[in-house]
Amino acid sequence: MKTLTVNIVTPDGPVYDSEVDMIIAKTASGEIGILPGHIPTVAPLVVGAVKLKKDGKSEYVAVSGGFVEVRPEKVSILTQSAEVASDIDVARAKESMKRAEERLQGKADATDFSRAELSLKRAMNRINVYEGNI
Amino acid sequence: MASLRDIKGKITSTKKTSQITKAMQMVSASKLNRAEENAKAYVPYMSKIQEVVGAIATGTSDGAHPMLTSRPVKKTAYLVITADRGLAGAYNSNIIRAASNAIAERHSSKDEYVIFAIGRMGRDFFVKRGSNVIGDVIGLPDQPAFSDIKEIARRAVGMFTDGTYDELYMYYNHFVSAISSEVTEKKVLPLTDLAVETGTTASYEFDPSAEAILEVLLPQYAESLIFGALLDGKASEHAMRMSAMKSATDNATDLIGNLTLVYNRARQAAITQEITEIVGGAAALD
Repeated sequence: MKTLTVNIVTPDGPVYDSEVDMIIAKTASGEIGILPGHIPTVAPLVVGAVKLKKDGKSEYVAVSGGFVEVRPEKVSILTQSAEVASDIDVARAKESMKRAEERLQGKADATDFSRAELSLKRAMNRINVYEGNI
Repeated sequence: MASLRDIKGKITSTKKTSQITKAMQMVSASKLNRAEENAKAYVPYMSKIQEVVGAIATGTSDGAHPMLTSRPVKKTAYLVITADRGLAGAYNSNIIRAASNAIAERHSSKDEYVIFAIGRMGRDFFVKRGSNVIGDVIGLPDQPAFSDIKEIARRAVGMFTDGTYDELYMYYNHFVSAISSEVTEKKVLPLTDLAVETGTTASYEFDPSAEAILEVLLPQYAESLIFGALLDGKASEHAMRMSAMKSATDNATDLIGNLTLVYNRARQAAITQEITEIVGGAAALD
């Protein structure tokens, strides 16, 4: 069976680089599944988990936005931050979730509000990926 | 002439100083290694994003995205990347001089420009001069992560998008090698000099549309440019601190050599004088 090379890179360096059978990512217009031989595509991602299927097993990587670039045998995901499930600092994520919730409770202007919302989303995404409930 | 005691004291203190500068030199050398590694880790991300941005921007012929088009300049922003501390040779003063010269040349009033400062030295300089510093980050670690400057990068890009200013320039030291670096001015926004390489541009499908992707991609690209400049600046900061400390150590060694010479001469003079006195005293008794 053909495989795909996946690269997940962030400004702090590469996070994931391996051969997989299938990729499932959440883009702005919905989930997409990518198999080998996919037509070249570029799509923005939303905060969420990227599922990488390999030999019947799947791995999860938490990404915070960015975009995916697909070529027939190579997929690159460029994002500002990404963590493999096992690398997630769950204590930190829980803390920032709490902070974001507190900020959302308090009165804030629109930009603060959307920023808090985004950071809440990222924190929840990390926790979900860490605990594996996606 | 200074007394033996004074000279001795000077030698001891110079020795202590040289121990410190020597240690700082070695610390900077190891930090430089790490900084170079960080810069290397960042390269794949940058080249990839550049490739995709180039492909999309050339693919959409009438891509009149606001971040790609120049508009009449009413206000300019300068992002100045310096270090938090001195003792790095001319590192900070080079950047600050280049930036303030350019500002003095281009603008006649303080209302025409705003400053973002990364690093305490730059911030303090522009604050003291009464410039309009609208954002600053200080106390960055020696090996900065993207999250450390995400906030200011996002703000700098966001304020261009919402029209607060019409141009964004960046001043930083570009790392050439361990012994040289050069002050660089880079125009971040609008993105007019996209690297367009036609060889690899596969024709992409855009989901949902090229415009929507540019909307996400260009801010991310501009923010990563800022981060790249910071990494570059950090590497040259460590390199310059290393060579500054190396020359300080060398100077101290020279100074110690000279002082030891003076000390020995003075000691010799004192002994000679003592002998003359004894001989003189003995002669007087005869």
